[in-house]
Amino acid sequence: MKKDLLSIADLSSDEIRLVLDTAEAMREIGERPIKKVPTLRGKTVVNLFFEPSTRTRTSFEIAEKRLSADTLNVAVASSSVLKGETLADTALNIEAMAPDMIVLRHGSSGAGHLLSRLCRSRIINAGDGMHEHPTQALLDAFTIREHKQRIDGLKVVIVGDLLHSRVLRSNVQLLTRLGANVRVCGPATMVPPGIERLGVTVSTSVDEAVADADVIMLLRIQQERMQGAFFPSLREYFHVFGMTAERVRRAKPDVIIMHPGPMNRGVEIASDVADGPYSVILEQVANGVAVRMAVLYLLAGGQEGD
Amino acid sequence: MLLKGGRVVDPVNVRDGVFDILIEDARIARVDRDLPPIGSGPDAKTLEIPGGFVVCPGFIDMHVHLREPGQEHKETVATGTAAAVAGGFTAVACMPNTVPVNDNAGVTEYILKKAADANLARVYPIGAVSRGQAGEQLADIAELRRAGCVAITDDGRPVPTALLMRRALEYAGMFGMPVIEHCEDPSLKGDGVAHEGFHAATLGLRGIPGEAESIMAMRDIALAALTGGRVHIAHMSARQSLDAVRAGKARGVRVTCEVTPHHCVLTDEMLAAPIPYDTNVKMNPPLRDAADRDAMLQGIADGSVDAIATDHAPHHYDEKRVEFDQAPFGITGLETAVPLCLDRLVHAGVIGMTRLVELLSVNPARILQVPGGSLAEGAPADVTILAPDLAVTVAAARMRSKSRNTPFDGWTLEGGVAATIVGGRVVYVNDDVKI
Repeated sequence: MKKDLLSIADLSSDEIRLVLDTAEAMREIGERPIKKVPTLRGKTVVNLFFEPSTRTRTSFEIAEKRLSADTLNVAVASSSVLKGETLADTALNIEAMAPDMIVLRHGSSGAGHLLSRLCRSRIINAGDGMHEHPTQALLDAFTIREHKQRIDGLKVVIVGDLLHSRVLRSNVQLLTRLGANVRVCGPATMVPPGIERLGVTVSTSVDEAVADADVIMLLRIQQERMQGAFFPSLREYFHVFGMTAERVRRAKPDVIIMHPGPMNRGVEIASDVADGPYSVILEQVANGVAVRMAVLYLLAGGQEGD
Repeated sequence: MLLKGGRVVDPVNVRDGVFDILIEDARIARVDRDLPPIGSGPDAKTLEIPGGFVVCPGFIDMHVHLREPGQEHKETVATGTAAAVAGGFTAVACMPNTVPVNDNAGVTEYILKKAADANLARVYPIGAVSRGQAGEQLADIAELRRAGCVAITDDGRPVPTALLMRRALEYAGMFGMPVIEHCEDPSLKGDGVAHEGFHAATLGLRGIPGEAESIMAMRDIALAALTGGRVHIAHMSARQSLDAVRAGKARGVRVTCEVTPHHCVLTDEMLAAPIPYDTNVKMNPPLRDAADRDAMLQGIADGSVDAIATDHAPHHYDEKRVEFDQAPFGITGLETAVPLCLDRLVHAGVIGMTRLVELLSVNPARILQVPGGSLAEGAPADVTILAPDLAVTVAAARMRSKSRNTPFDGWTLEGGVAATIVGGRVVYVNDDVKI
């Protein structure tokens, strides 16, 4: 493994499979009465979060604790940034206390790359701006593999705000690398230019896109995007792109419905779909802990080498 | 002083060959073959120019940011002009986005005083179009002219309305001054930080399409046609803008344009590699794609592009050591321009030496209507001497500029500056050449 996990591009295909296989073993730890192993005892992990996050931060923290790491949560919105400190200075100060790993969530794309250049600690990207969220893609792949026993050859359709989504960028890389046929679908105003060069097909018709899909993955629509006039209203978005039971019926009978959360019910997904039999949304959350345990273990405990 | 030998390239006087140049009283006194040796005495210096070196009218960088007054931690007039002469520029035109803005004679005079104190390159201040560069009310343009400004611009900010641009062209036209425009439609630019394309998309960076530039270039060319004024498109980067300039020139509109060396050499691939999110490849306009870069090269070769200017934009290192989207736009350029142009334009076969001198000297002088651009007898003795075959390794740490924000650090290029002469005074000699 490389020093840091900033992007799916930092992992070879073999390393992706290793993470997924390791996560299988990690999940078993979570099923024990005493959910703790000493693997990362004596290692210090700092969860450095510059954006509010419940799910991802909690997931990392539980993963770290189950591996017996000493963990520390730094929510920076409430400390140094208000005093005008730069990200570089915050990072160098934390680095001076010699943590082993920094889990970084930040609103700017490439924030992890900046830390990586400044710090000896290993950096795990827990979401950087519109760029990537690699552990989300790994847990999504883990969830898909669990249901379909494979990723190669699956038809995966990803629907939503393609332009601003870091989940999309990590998933497209990971899924195409493992051989899935990935279709992306969203309003024409939210399609990143040149995305087809990543090996995906682009559609603006959700009915077409979901046809025969094995996996439907929805992306969150952020309400503030309406300010940018990307689409007229949430109501219209739901009519044109919202995942309804009727649209799900166009997919394969054993389709699974995924969402990285937090969901906007009645915007990108109808409630009956979110809570329905095809939904694996809460499994994704459960698997997140196991996958992050695997990543932490492999980065910290695994072999050195770049 | 006698410049003995060397290939003199002086397009205005249709000279390209080995000549000697006699300089007396800060002016070119004679240019001829085999001038007699000059006598001894304190002023009787002879520079033996090695064969293969090129002697040309002093280069003029018509687009630099000297940062003084107000941002002296980035650059001062003294360090900026030291960088200029080390980069082969005998004159620079400095942009008005200082703190305070150069929108009044007081600031202009301050800059000129600092330039006189430094006594290196000539400095031609450019005044603001609008008071405070706020895009509302015209600055006191006649006063700026009297104080020494040679053009007006709100560089860094586009002139927001067609009406204000129209008035600026009409009003500046009374004084024969061009209006230099940083073309950028603010709504299309939005909070973009990189060229809108594959690389920005995959890196999750907000894009700025080429049309943000070309739409305003088209507006300004139309207004130049309406008013008869002169518009100069600064740091042109998009092929659509070049098309607009060509079309404007073809129908006789008074439009000129400049391109930076970095837009001729780099593309938006630099966002991803070798250093992902390197803030030293963040500039405005952004590095565009290969088709745009090739179009700029084509425009340089066919004469559609009038000038090469660096948009030298020094920033302190800790201002650049931040998240990509938080970093200020801009890179330094004065000390890398000549090696880049010699290597990537001349040696690469895009243009010849004559055309290079037109782009870096003749045309900037003509556009700004300042002395220079010619080695005619009687002209100011501003001379740039090039070592076209010198191997140059760019070393940011050794630059004269106060700032180090260049993406070219460590690059090895073929061709450099041998010496720079301003007003008959040798203000720079490259230690790496024997002269």
